Amino acid sequence: MATVDFRVGARAHITVDSEVCRSCTTSACVTACPANLFAPTSDGGILFNYEECFECGTCYMVCNSEGAITWTYPDGGQGVVFHHG
Amino acid sequence: MAEPTMADAPGPESAEFDAVVVGAGPAGSAAALALARAGRSVVMVERGPFPGSKNVYGGVVYGRVLDAIIPNWWEDVPVERWVVRRSTMMMTESQSLSIDYRTGAWGTAPYNGMTTVRSRFDTWLAAKATEAGARLLTSTVATGLLRDGDGRVVGVRTDRDHAELRSRVVVACDGVNSFLAKEAGLLPQSEASHYTLGVKEVLSLPREVIDERFGVQGHEGVDIEILGCTRGIPGGGFLYTNTDTVSVGVVASLPHLAEARIRPEELIADLKEHPSIAPYLRGSSLREYAAHLIPEGGYDTMPPLATDGMMLAGDSAAMTLAAGMWLEGVNFAIASGYAAGQAVDRAVASGDCTASGLASYRADLERQFVLVDHKRLRKAPALVLSDRVQQRYPGLLCDLAEGMFTVVNPAPKPGGLRVTRNAAAKHGVKLRELAADTLRGLRIFG
Repeated sequence: MATVDFRVGARAHITVDSEVCRSCTTSACVTACPANLFAPTSDGGILFNYEECFECGTCYMVCNSEGAITWTYPDGGQGVVFHHG
Repeated sequence: MAEPTMADAPGPESAEFDAVVVGAGPAGSAAALALARAGRSVVMVERGPFPGSKNVYGGVVYGRVLDAIIPNWWEDVPVERWVVRRSTMMMTESQSLSIDYRTGAWGTAPYNGMTTVRSRFDTWLAAKATEAGARLLTSTVATGLLRDGDGRVVGVRTDRDHAELRSRVVVACDGVNSFLAKEAGLLPQSEASHYTLGVKEVLSLPREVIDERFGVQGHEGVDIEILGCTRGIPGGGFLYTNTDTVSVGVVASLPHLAEARIRPEELIADLKEHPSIAPYLRGSSLREYAAHLIPEGGYDTMPPLATDGMMLAGDSAAMTLAAGMWLEGVNFAIASGYAAGQAVDRAVASGDCTASGLASYRADLERQFVLVDHKRLRKAPALVLSDRVQQRYPGLLCDLAEGMFTVVNPAPKPGGLRVTRNAAAKHGVKLRELAADTLRGLRIFG
């Protein structure tokens, strides 16, 4: 990830409702996210960071719990910048 | 700004632009180019700091679609290499079988296809639109739709000083996640089964090393597409040459990837270590890693292409063609975007920008390759991503080749039918199924 240009904004463009995650049986986001941003916590919640996000949308697409992951684009000009995409 | 009333069909006094195009990728820039050339006022809203900065693709931009839009486009397009060698490889962990086609004809104008880098290609195409008179707003997110009292789309909200951009038509070219299409009810909020995840590593290698390993020179390049490299997850892989980098990656069905609990970068690592791939990559260093979703469902998963005051083009309309031997997207985006721009021009001229006024867009695409190919190949994604094609046929075909090419004397050579029977039995495929799939393939591709 050190090779990727991220322009990190102050606003988190992903929010996770860990209360919903505690009842999740698949934790699909944890393995599917290509940036490896989601980590399970010992109490069944999900820790995540938004800073090194590719903005692909995998996490909310594979999530099986309505409302667990809220996902928007980062603010204009911020987030990942691909130079060799 | 006051909300328009029902009588207030977007007219000259309330619409600042004939069209707002959301996204300055290939679809958006083509739409803006068509509109600017028709003399319409058009602004592109791009969320990245420059066009292409959010975009990733998997190999080749095919040029024919550009001929009619940008004469002699190859003279200034930011090409990495012209593809003169196209290979389809089927593999197991230890085997591979390739169909490898090469022709010098693809290395001269008008060229068949090229590898490029989206940060440069998308910027080039957007510049064609701005040179024709379109405006480009970068670093700006279209955060939502503006609607009039009748629910017609009349513009977008942005995150640039909360500015609103009012237009007769919004052309949503905002990509695979199109939040505008979702807000308009044209795309489901989340439907993983029609999407694949593509992950890609761009690896640095000296230009002359790439030339030697891939057997090319000058601006010649190679595109290798691979089946059987995804641990049974429906998908595939690719390896293609840029000027002084190579791009290697995999594509994997989203629900199957999640269910398998395999990390996407493990699939790339597998592919890079394969005995048929590793020699190409030896000594390379990672330049960039990227990931992007791909709408692979094809014709039967396409959303409605227009609603009142709004239309979709490119990935937001699921126009990527993922049909096995044909894997195309940028060309479909350009053609659909340009057609969308022309349809907006006609709609504005007629004064009817409702869904029916914009219906000429779909009619136009149905006469072009965009929907002709998609309709003809509508059953291809299901076949290509089916269990037998994904999990059994790569190994079956590799064993078939091994059975034919292995010299077994002093035992006499086995007949082709026996080799086929043995290979099919080893991979749990009945000859009846093989015949049925062959027929199915002929019906789809024939």
